[in-house]
Amino acid sequence: MESIVVPHLPAHTLHVGLFKDVENPTFLRQQLLEGNTDYQYAFADASMVASRQAVLAACSRAIDDSIFGRMKTRNLHSEIVFALSAINNISESFRRMGIQDTTKHVLAMKVLNESVTASQVDAFLGEHVHGTVVAFTDEELSSMQDVPRIRKIYKLPPAGKDKSAKTLSKTDEAIVIGSMALRGS
Amino acid sequence: MAADPLPTSHALPSPFSTSTTPLTLIAQGAEALLYHTTFLSPTTPCALKIRPAKPWRHPTLDKRLTRQRILAEARVLVKCLREGVAVPAVLGLDWETGWMAMQWIDGGSVKEAVRGRDVSVNGADGVLKGLMRRIGRAVGGLHAAGVVHGDLTTSNMMLRPIAGETADRLRGEIVLIDFGLATQTVQEEDRAVDLYVLERAFGSTHPREEGTFPEVLEGYREVFKGAKGTLRRLEEVRMRGRKKSMVG
Ligand SMILES: Nc1ncnc2c1ncn2[C@@H]1O[C@H](COP(=O)(O)OP(=O)(O)O)[C@@H](O)[C@H]1O
Ligand SMILES: [Mg+2]
Repeated sequence: MESIVVPHLPAHTLHVGLFKDVENPTFLRQQLLEGNTDYQYAFADASMVASRQAVLAACSRAIDDSIFGRMKTRNLHSEIVFALSAINNISESFRRMGIQDTTKHVLAMKVLNESVTASQVDAFLGEHVHGTVVAFTDEELSSMQDVPRIRKIYKLPPAGKDKSAKTLSKTDEAIVIGSMALRGS
Repeated sequence: MAADPLPTSHALPSPFSTSTTPLTLIAQGAEALLYHTTFLSPTTPCALKIRPAKPWRHPTLDKRLTRQRILAEARVLVKCLREGVAVPAVLGLDWETGWMAMQWIDGGSVKEAVRGRDVSVNGADGVLKGLMRRIGRAVGGLHAAGVVHGDLTTSNMMLRPIAGETADRLRGEIVLIDFGLATQTVQEEDRAVDLYVLERAFGSTHPREEGTFPEVLEGYREVFKGAKGTLRRLEEVRMRGRKKSMVG
């Protein structure tokens, strides 16, 4: 798992774990639904995540909105999942981007604060997310992506007939990030 | 356009006001400041466009204008990306505090490249004509996407080096920037005026190269189906322009 400090947001350290082949998505989702306070995490369905950059963009947007008191959801972590979406409907955004019972790969994100350290987060996620930790890279993400669904949900232009249709291009990624930034406008 | 005095660095909106990452002021226009910095990761260079509050405007109106302009520019950029027009990607924005972070485009402006070109080398004219042709294709692609730029000048076009190509200043991919005045339109008149503005700006910025401008129109014709109508309309716009300058 990895700690990331985004330029211009030095006060907010992100801690991110990418989990492959997760066996207990239903349990994890249940903890969020019940508001279990141990689970102050953003759990995204990694198959819907366009890139590492898109994740950082969502985290920045959510932090920015929290600084100005503009969050539309319950807390910073739900706001991060919402910020991955390009639509303004909150529950539909969670259905698309958030962990579901059928989710296979999970991206877990947490904004650290004084009361929780990176190693505590590692220990907690390692114990409760039953899957294999892999590096948070575009290569790993692309092996998890449901590209046709990402294309559909972000309304990406149709890809060519060649093998490029199976992966997202740099332009596709840029459209995703731009659409996320324009969400709610 | 007379530039109003702008408040400088203290006008940086949050989160940039408390940033520990360097921000370098690149340009200060009448409406916006442009900084070079990084965004999302320390290895992602970004062009940060800030539209500071204008203290002489009514606050409510000022907020509304800032919001409209940030959003109009970002929407047009995303539309261009969808349509395959080469423009900077939008990395983030905040329409309330008035900033937009874009992908940083390497290379310099077309203006610098044309001004600094080496006229003594063999084939210099051909290289310039090639560049003009590519400018025309870029503008044609933009118009084909249903967007007019509104401020086409050689400072609002970048030349992005293409990996593996010779480092000639005039080579590289044309990337259009500065969509602050852009509109999404299907009007022939708007497209013709867009070209006219470019023609006039080019003539006054690069008088020595003015004779190559027809190459721009050639490139435009190559890629845009509606070119014929636009170019016919351009003739009319030129006529009006001439009449106006005779009267004024
Ligand atoms: N995405 C970018 N990448 C690199 N340089 C940029 C980018 N956007 C703007 N610039 C530089 O900043 C200058 C001013 O930006 P611009 O968008 O044209 O604003 P203005 O409305 O003030 O002209 C440009 O002429 C260019 O040199
Ligand atoms: Mg400009």
